[in-house]
Amino acid sequence: MTDGKPKSQNKVGWLMALPASSLIILFLIVPFLLAFWFSFTNQRLVSPNPTEFVGWSNFSDLMGVGSLTIDPKRDAEGKPVYKANGDIQYPRMRTFTRNNPDYEHLQGMREWFSIPLSNDRKWVVLAKDALFMKALTNTLLFVAIVAPIQAGLALLLALLINQKLPGINLFRTIYFMPVVISIVVVSILWRFIYDGENGLLNAILGFLSFGLFEPVDWLGNPSTALGSIMAMSIWQGVGFHMIIWLSGLQTIPGSLYEAAALEGAKRWQVFRYVTWPGLRNTAVLIMVVITMQAFALFAQVDVMTRGGPVDSTQSLVFQSVQRGYEKQDIAGGSAIAVVLFLMVLSISLIQRYMSRDRS
Amino acid sequence: MSTVKFNAVNKTYGKVTVVPGLNLEIPEGSFTVLVGPSGCGKSTVLRMIAGLESVSSGQITIGGEDVTHKEPADRGIAMVFQSYALYPHMTVEENIGFGLTLKKTPKAEKARIVKEASEILQLDALLKRKPKDLSGGQRQRVAIGRAIVRNPKVFLFDEPLSNLDASLRGQMRVEIAELHKKIGATMVYVTHDQVEAMTMADQIVALRAGEIEQVGTPMDLYNTPANPFVAGFIGSPKMNLIEGEFAKRHGCEVYGIRAEHIDLDEQQGEWQGVLSYAENLGSDTISHVMVEGMGSLTVRSEGSVFIKPGQTVYLTPRKELVHKFSGDKRI
Ligand SMILES: Nc1ncnc2c1ncn2[C@@H]1O[C@H](COP(=O)(O)OP(=O)(O)O)[C@@H](O)[C@H]1O
Ligand SMILES: [Mg+2]
Repeated sequence: MTDGKPKSQNKVGWLMALPASSLIILFLIVPFLLAFWFSFTNQRLVSPNPTEFVGWSNFSDLMGVGSLTIDPKRDAEGKPVYKANGDIQYPRMRTFTRNNPDYEHLQGMREWFSIPLSNDRKWVVLAKDALFMKALTNTLLFVAIVAPIQAGLALLLALLINQKLPGINLFRTIYFMPVVISIVVVSILWRFIYDGENGLLNAILGFLSFGLFEPVDWLGNPSTALGSIMAMSIWQGVGFHMIIWLSGLQTIPGSLYEAAALEGAKRWQVFRYVTWPGLRNTAVLIMVVITMQAFALFAQVDVMTRGGPVDSTQSLVFQSVQRGYEKQDIAGGSAIAVVLFLMVLSISLIQRYMSRDRS
Repeated sequence: MSTVKFNAVNKTYGKVTVVPGLNLEIPEGSFTVLVGPSGCGKSTVLRMIAGLESVSSGQITIGGEDVTHKEPADRGIAMVFQSYALYPHMTVEENIGFGLTLKKTPKAEKARIVKEASEILQLDALLKRKPKDLSGGQRQRVAIGRAIVRNPKVFLFDEPLSNLDASLRGQMRVEIAELHKKIGATMVYVTHDQVEAMTMADQIVALRAGEIEQVGTPMDLYNTPANPFVAGFIGSPKMNLIEGEFAKRHGCEVYGIRAEHIDLDEQQGEWQGVLSYAENLGSDTISHVMVEGMGSLTVRSEGSVFIKPGQTVYLTPRKELVHKFSGDKRI
């Protein structure tokens, strides 16, 4: 280390990295750290009041949950009272959540969901922030369904496309096409496809069922909206993951397949003993990437449904942006971002742990 | 019954002919080495026997049975690849027993067969290891073990030793030759290394651009090479091949004399030359001598030779060991 050369070369190296690294610091690292800081304050987008440190209160406001078992209203004989529409009449939630000294822990909460129990009673789960909870469950559902289907479908396409067939490059291009189109453009296009009046999907389903199919307003119906966004998201991202699988497939030496052929391996045996083990690292990468992308669900919701109808397509990132900018509650938005970060981090760590090299 | 026969086998990739009309018989139980420079089509020939490469026209038979269009697994062959082709996620045991696993052989029987093979190859102690924890030579043995377990009529080897260092290569050469003696199956071995061919084969097939240049025992090819290509390819150091005026004066187009068949003397001899440099190997010395009208000649003499570069030396060929070629043929 007596030679001065490496040091000065180091300096030049750092200097060359400066433009890129300063941009990364400014637009990634600083906002990342700021989000942590804001989530412990009452920071607003624009506010005349000074920012105050509020401890964990943003998080307890988000995550506070409570539960309650309630009896229906009963008549003199103990039979439940029915409403005009035939539903059982329960006491109103606000009698528990508004200034009721017996239920102080439920103060200000709203019903999140309920589970019916025997004897017409029901178990109600309440949340301080029912909207956040809805966004959370939607996001988890989105991840749980989109990640495996997208990864599996992408693998299937990659296996098909990895064959030496004439014209196979055309198919590679076609499958990859949705990836290079902006998600916003794709979302707008699919809004037309899902349209309830004269959308392409209804037209096709109607044609295939000889007109028997009743048109559905796919994005306007709370029971189909999230599923529709999932289907479109799977379609849009599958090409990208197909390419990653493909690159993984091509790292498996041809001689391993030839050795299997010499041993008389059948197709599924080749997959089980040669292909799949050879794709292990790729599988880890893909699951981590897909999970992260799915957790970041935003553009589709923003363009197609804006969280509706009746909050059926709320997502964590969408809520975070809504609060931060539309409600000017930067602190609340940051808190959601921090929760999301911790979830993605822990899932990645779990995935890494489960797929570790056991030897 | 495991004679391998090629009847007018042709292999083309598009418009390129790699193997034009090959006729060859590999006798049952022989150790046949296909030797030739890189790209001459050795692997292609071997892979056609294995069924990993299709045959464009012609017929291949093994033990009299036409296998031209059979699946690789149905030909009664086993192959050892240059890259070993071991499964990285499987242990040695699982790699050797892979074919048995595919056939759902009962565990106890599988263990017995794997154990047998691993004893032949001295792999007993390594059965639980993964390929990445093995040396090159050990990996090679695992690959051979996997081949043995198939109990094939014909073993195919594609440059199995080219990834090993020189000393290990020498050792594995002996081991493979011993294996052949022990199990007696037909073995077809591809290499570009003439030393491997000379030391292991009982039949050498010298290939150039997909065509057979000569078939015979190692000594046949050494003593009576059929053409200048074989003459230059077999033997180390390479045979001196002299063309032009000099050859014409001796009534041929190419005049060949092996380095070990030239005597070197400081005082007298047939050809006068100047020593360019000498490689002293201890047991013998390879001298490079510049002779006017002939070019640079290689001479091999026993023991050490202490002559300085630039000094004048005299060379004398042993007349009965001269090879003469005309029209690419021995005369
Ligand atoms: N798939 C292929 N397509 C076109 N040419 C090929 C292909 N495989 C091999 N070749 C050509 O065939 C010739 C023989 O190849 P190969 O049998 O591998 O030679 P060797 O094993 O003797 O080095 C080479 O010139 C090579 O370029
Ligand atoms: Mg080869």
